[in-house]
Amino acid sequence: MGEYVLEMKGITKEFPGVVALDQVSLNVRPGSVHALMGENGAGKSTLMKCLFGIYRSDSGEVRLDGKPVSIRSARQAMDLGISMIHQELHPIRHRPVMENVWLGRFPGRGFLVDHHAMYERTRELFQQLELDVDPRVPAGTLSAARLQLVEIARAVSCNADIIIMDEPTSSLTENETEHLFRIIEKLRHDGIAIIYISHKLEEILRISDEVSVMRDGRLIGTWPSSELSTDDIIKLMVGRDLTNRFPPKTRRPSDEVVLSVRNLCSSEPGSFQDVSFDLRRSEILGVGGLVGAQRTEFVEALFGLRGIASGVVTRNGERFLARSPREAKRHGLALLTEERRATGIFGILPVLENTVVASQSRYASFGVLKEHSRTEAARASCQELNVKTPSLSTLIQNLSGGNQQKVLIARWLLTHSDILILDEPTRGIDVGAKYEIYTIMLRQIELGRSIIMISSEMPELMGMSDRIMVMCEGRVTGFLEPEQFDQVEIMRLATQFSK
Amino acid sequence: MFSIFSIKEKRIPRSRYYFYFCLVGGFLVLLGAILYLAKRGLFFTGLGHVVNLKRIFDLPFFLVLIGASLGLKGLLHRFSRGGEFGELEEDVIFSSKTFANFMTRYAILLAMLVLVVVICVIQPRFMQIRVALDILTQSSTRLIIALGICFTLLIAGTDLSAGRMVGLAAVISTSMLQTAVYANRFFPDLPQVNLYLPILLAILACMIFGALNGFLVARYDMHPFIATLATQVIIYGVCSLYFDLPPNNSQPIGGVRPDFAALGQTKFLVGSAPGGFPGISILIPIAAVICVIIWFILNKTVFGKNVYAIGGNREAAVVAGINVFRSIMGIFILASCLYGIGGVLEAARTAGATNQYGAGYELDAIAACVVGGVSLNGGIGRVSGIVSGVLIFTVIQYGLQFINVSPMWQQVIKGVIIAVAVAIDLTKYRRK
Repeated sequence: MGEYVLEMKGITKEFPGVVALDQVSLNVRPGSVHALMGENGAGKSTLMKCLFGIYRSDSGEVRLDGKPVSIRSARQAMDLGISMIHQELHPIRHRPVMENVWLGRFPGRGFLVDHHAMYERTRELFQQLELDVDPRVPAGTLSAARLQLVEIARAVSCNADIIIMDEPTSSLTENETEHLFRIIEKLRHDGIAIIYISHKLEEILRISDEVSVMRDGRLIGTWPSSELSTDDIIKLMVGRDLTNRFPPKTRRPSDEVVLSVRNLCSSEPGSFQDVSFDLRRSEILGVGGLVGAQRTEFVEALFGLRGIASGVVTRNGERFLARSPREAKRHGLALLTEERRATGIFGILPVLENTVVASQSRYASFGVLKEHSRTEAARASCQELNVKTPSLSTLIQNLSGGNQQKVLIARWLLTHSDILILDEPTRGIDVGAKYEIYTIMLRQIELGRSIIMISSEMPELMGMSDRIMVMCEGRVTGFLEPEQFDQVEIMRLATQFSK
Repeated sequence: MFSIFSIKEKRIPRSRYYFYFCLVGGFLVLLGAILYLAKRGLFFTGLGHVVNLKRIFDLPFFLVLIGASLGLKGLLHRFSRGGEFGELEEDVIFSSKTFANFMTRYAILLAMLVLVVVICVIQPRFMQIRVALDILTQSSTRLIIALGICFTLLIAGTDLSAGRMVGLAAVISTSMLQTAVYANRFFPDLPQVNLYLPILLAILACMIFGALNGFLVARYDMHPFIATLATQVIIYGVCSLYFDLPPNNSQPIGGVRPDFAALGQTKFLVGSAPGGFPGISILIPIAAVICVIIWFILNKTVFGKNVYAIGGNREAAVVAGINVFRSIMGIFILASCLYGIGGVLEAARTAGATNQYGAGYELDAIAACVVGGVSLNGGIGRVSGIVSGVLIFTVIQYGLQFINVSPMWQQVIKGVIIAVAVAIDLTKYRRK
């Protein structure tokens, strides 16, 4: 056996309009914990999905124990001894835990499943991992943390040589994290290599042997973790040049508060708590944080898509808590969701319908549409935002991501909303279109509107915001004024996990 | 799939493409006129030696009709304005790819045309205006029901209660519209009420159940399949209970008042001479008017646009602030109103009703919609497609009966059509 159990060389992966991985090479030693770090969108998950056969890289080579392999499916990856614990768990909730563990490889003869053997093996496995779970209860009855541990047990049961753990501790409490670390310790002792993705720096330094840092789809380097401090890692993660350009701002926020949020708490456990801020006229309030900071959940609740347990929202002196997007719309709020395809556009409908869908009743009398005023409004709005489309009757799914996003902004401008909530407004959009979106945002500011912008891209956050609110685990950990804007400071606030 | 036909790629300007339409249309009109004149023995009598003029029946009329509509389509497109973003009229490309596209797009329609030609050859009597009118009449009530069900399909749902609502409306309306002298009256002491009162009652009863459907789907987020299945069973039970009321005790309801029967049986322009013009059934204009109304609702009202939006992406519709609850309620109530109208007309046409009326109509209606291009995934579907879907089924059913194909084989063919139509429809989307 060579020095490395896994060697990835020159892995490149392009998605339409964006290079997700650029010549990434990663070497992992057997019996070691290899931490993979980077900001959101740095390419960690993409790299792991290439390794696990979910994506196919455009170029590059993967070697296992020195032998080149080409992995085309998750199934094949598992056969080759790679197993992955996904960030998002998808258990079959009403089937027993043991069936979830052995799914796809039930013990038995032919087409008959040997339930007894399955039970025995699961029990043995759980005992070995000191996991106190009855294999016969439905998976859905377990807590998220327990499920995560079961998922880890499943990965272990595959007799894998390499286990990929993508944010395994995001739903674990301290006790369970300790439990996980004991399991990892044991696996390392058995000679299994673990690729560990996490944002939690202290955790990384405690558990890992080596740390690789990625940034913008490139591997910055690999260091033994004993040589690194948390500050070093943060600097490596964010230390890029500000090459992105932003249009110049010509207007400062006024002092007039247009939206005031006080002590807003989610009705969902584990989601945002105690969020308070004031939004001023002509202000762009940036919201920073890592995956799992509950930023999206927060703005969706503000917009009436999720439950709110307590708190006060005041708008123009009127208190309201939106129970539905319709109510939020009435109060002049607009939301561009993070998942443009899933919850934004109507893919099979033309640009025209997509533009006017939220303001339809403005062009109707007694429910009957005035075709002319409707088309004119859509045309004017699309032209104002420079939407590039062959015609208004083109299906929106045939436009580029940037133009789809412009149509969505046009949609909300037609509702005369003056508070725009933009959740990752430039995700999956190429650089040129990004600049256009920024220009549109600044024009709205000049017209006296206000913007709440969630962004996971540091340069965007710092380049566009008048103020940055940083969240971590559903809490606001700090506000930064422009003179305090600093990547390291933002990252410090974003990783301020409660003990 | 059709790559065996390799055609050299050829481009022609769109205006010329439509010119060809006019040309073909003109030719067909001319041909029809010549045949007509020859048949009447006025001109071109020499043609009689080539074609048996007795055996072409009303073919000249159909030729003129098809030719005129083709020509009109060509003319309209040729002289219409371009798109709103100053787009250029694209050339029409003839290649094996566009040919394959054409074939998949119109496969069912082409299959129907082939079938019609085959039937005409086997049984030339098929080429009669009488037959065409029969087909239209038979399609009328089906069309009304299909137009109702299309709303539920457009939001990626379905409605299994449609057929039973037809039966309910038929039973309620006939039970109150019997002649005073009929022996087995449903309500022996009921006076002769205004014709429209029982009809409105019947439709209202359907709308109440429609509201139940909508409420279950919108309020509890129940899948329409199961919600409408439950309603279907309830409606059948309620209808049977009503039908079983003494003194009727589940006897078929007959003795329908003539003014009610007239709603389904009146014919206009009936020729006086025997074998003359068979007349246009009143059902045809009724269905046409409802078609126009539904087209208007779907394309010109906020409600219609919301239906497409909810079907296209329900999550996005919620985010866009559309009142999804109200829209879904509206959809099921409107649909049930149409089933009610269909049921009343069906009862008037047959001058009677039993609680078995309408059983299984919903499946025929769904099949017609799907063949007409309504996507079961929601958001896609046009009134013109539904009209052709209903017509295709009636033409095929009527045609097969006409050449004495056994009803069992008819079922097999019908099933194959549904499967093939949907398979083709799905490949169309997969290509994107």
